[in-house]
Amino acid sequence: MIPEFGHFALIIALCLAVLLATVPLWGAWRRNTGAMALAPGLAMGLLVFTGIAFVCLTTAFLQDDFSVEVVANNSNSLLPPIYKFSAVWGNHEGSLLLWVLILAVWTAAVALFSRELPLLVLSRVLAVMGFVAVGFLSFSLLTSNPFARLIPGTPADGQDLNPLLQDPGLIIHPPLLYMGYVGFSVAFAFAIAALLGGRLDASWARWSRPWTNIAWAFLTLGIMLGSWWAYYELGWGGWWFWDPVENASFMPWLAGTALLHSLAVTEKRGLFKSWTVLLAIFAFSLSLLGTFLVRSGVLTSVHAFATDPARGLFILVFLAIVVGGSLTLYALRAPAVNSRVSFAWLSRETLLLVNNVVFLVATLTVLFGTLFPLLMDALGQGKYSVGPPYFNAVFVPLMALLVPFMGLGPVSRWKRDSAQRWKAELLLPTLAALACGLTLPLLHGEYNLWVALALVLAGWLLLGLLRDVWFRLRAAPTLARGLRRTPASYWGMVLAHLGFAACVVGVVATSQYSIERDLKMEVGQAETLAGYRFEFVELANFRGPNYLADEARFVVSRNGEEVARLAPQKRRYLASNQIMTEAAIDAGLFRDLYVAMGEPVGQGGAWAIRLHYKPMVRWMWLGAIFMAVGGFVTVMDKRYRRQRAARAAGAGEVAHGAQA
Amino acid sequence: MAPRLKLFLPLILFAVLALFLFRGLSLDPRAMPSALIDKPFPVFSLPALESGETLDRSLLLGKVSLVNIWATWCISCRVEHPYLNQLTEAGIHIVGVNYKDDDAAAQRWLADLGNPYSVNIVDADGNLGLDLGVYGAPETYFVDAEGVIRYRHVGVIDERVWRSKLAAIYAEIGGELPPALAEAGP
Repeated sequence: MIPEFGHFALIIALCLAVLLATVPLWGAWRRNTGAMALAPGLAMGLLVFTGIAFVCLTTAFLQDDFSVEVVANNSNSLLPPIYKFSAVWGNHEGSLLLWVLILAVWTAAVALFSRELPLLVLSRVLAVMGFVAVGFLSFSLLTSNPFARLIPGTPADGQDLNPLLQDPGLIIHPPLLYMGYVGFSVAFAFAIAALLGGRLDASWARWSRPWTNIAWAFLTLGIMLGSWWAYYELGWGGWWFWDPVENASFMPWLAGTALLHSLAVTEKRGLFKSWTVLLAIFAFSLSLLGTFLVRSGVLTSVHAFATDPARGLFILVFLAIVVGGSLTLYALRAPAVNSRVSFAWLSRETLLLVNNVVFLVATLTVLFGTLFPLLMDALGQGKYSVGPPYFNAVFVPLMALLVPFMGLGPVSRWKRDSAQRWKAELLLPTLAALACGLTLPLLHGEYNLWVALALVLAGWLLLGLLRDVWFRLRAAPTLARGLRRTPASYWGMVLAHLGFAACVVGVVATSQYSIERDLKMEVGQAETLAGYRFEFVELANFRGPNYLADEARFVVSRNGEEVARLAPQKRRYLASNQIMTEAAIDAGLFRDLYVAMGEPVGQGGAWAIRLHYKPMVRWMWLGAIFMAVGGFVTVMDKRYRRQRAARAAGAGEVAHGAQA
Repeated sequence: MAPRLKLFLPLILFAVLALFLFRGLSLDPRAMPSALIDKPFPVFSLPALESGETLDRSLLLGKVSLVNIWATWCISCRVEHPYLNQLTEAGIHIVGVNYKDDDAAAQRWLADLGNPYSVNIVDADGNLGLDLGVYGAPETYFVDAEGVIRYRHVGVIDERVWRSKLAAIYAEIGGELPPALAEAGP
């Protein structure tokens, strides 16, 4: 019965979403306060019923109800309970339900935390989100029902969750990623509401900014986890493959990064309004496009879900309605006239414009590379695959171009600045960054120009920021006052920029200095890599909960002292007979040691073993965490709270004003 | 251009993109041109990786062969490599095409991971790959004793794929299937 309850709850959720998408919008059009006031309640109802559906599906997984098709195809009675739980979203139907649930969470959050918004705006925003929910709920119910039963024909046991997905990283990777993807729907909804209302002003930017920052921070974490998972779970030691599905999550991130910065200009200076609206539409459209690419089968990818042309067509039609509709609205309603506010060439506005251009170009090059095989195929030009060489060749120079401007951004002034002042502010950091960056690689032995360049760029960001923080605090009478007076959004920016600097260093150092070796090794043999001696001391085999494993035990030592014991495994999962490599990693701030097992070689107990030395690979993920934390911190800024308090005080007046 | 018209640009671009995506739905990225199926293996004259001597089509005559397209830059090739070793051990004739690769790297790879290939054709410029219509490594062509391509497999060969599908194809085109590699039982 439980799956039927779930199915029923999902149908009710769809009905509520239809109401949410229509009634408040009609209310906004007719200025009917009663109809508009229904929106928050409907949003809550949507969350409740989607939540019930999700709980029902989770129950089916936890109770091993193999009469439910997705459970039978993606779970197994031997699966550890935590993976039975994460198996809910380890498949197309369940992950789509998660998508809808997270959309409902965001919608309810907007309803809950935006009570101070004018009702007119709030009802439009919620209606737009309701419309998106209608699309995805009907997609789920019509083409990908998670509650479909296998009666008769219920199997005795399930086919098991893909062993690649049986991993702690994969428990939280999809929810975080979807929080980000779907979170951009809020910025999108605000943009559409503003276009509908015909009022694009600073307040619109101020309302959407915190939501955009949170979504962006979640997306950053989600992408970071995906990269980290690929690194330790796939056993190749790689952390980014430019796979179409990775790109699908990366494009909204790039567009979202542009949006964050553009929103800052719109809020503070009232500039770039049409542009910011376009970016908000663009970021969410790319989320939808990603969904389409992953679930329609138009591109090959390691991540792609089992595909079905009907599903692809459904999302494409929905994509056409949402994106086509919003771009039409944009073309008709966006202010076509440039605002009269002006700014000088040397100003923070210009620097943020550079940010926008770089991130937009980066987004488009990734989009082009991802879709190129599809374009050529559609034009009858044959089959192509676009790999890392293309992406690296276009992406690396773009980022290198970005950093010099990024260092200037935080210290620059709005409206008009002068080269003289920049020189005074940044001469010292520049010289220090050059000195450090050019000499530090010497410590490593062989000099590497790329690492030197990365260090100079990262040092320029770091020292410029430190100097700025220092002068801000010094200007205050006491340190405590200075800290209190500095807004949270500033600290968020500092954290995120430092995170970016750490990423740059991590990516370049690990790409340039990594050493990897594939060897045939027997018990008792040892190999030295980058000064670390890896000794193969023992070979063991044992049975895990749902797999059999061979385990190679290594003792790693340096200069005779033991550094780590590493035990990589080769697992054979019982239900699916799939073979999995579990790498063993000794993680460190400055280097990772990584051992993975290949295949047995010959009969004598020798194995193909892969050893990696990966310097500073953690910096990349730590940097991403910094960026995400920065995104979250900005939201604690007083001005968003102040705005809330002010609105609460004058709520009646504002609502009245908006309706006038 | 009037300022208002400029705002229509994103919509127009999206419309073009949507058309392509729509076309993409009816194309299968995994479907391969079948033009070469049941046609003789293309003529080539390329050096061998191991000895440098010139190889040609005659290499594929007289016995059923698997022609495996691989490269050291190809991650999936590494995944399927151990299973190719097993196939060779069981007596299957595999010819390698080292596709757009570096000779030294390829030789190191074979020394490290074992060499399942009876011989490797060096296709450094990808010309043979072009004739074959290779779209990415790994790919494996099933060539019968007359040197005619009978089947094309795109992607990794592992035990699962072999037993469920490829073993039958191998037997059908006249290959002798060692008992260890027979299809999965009923």
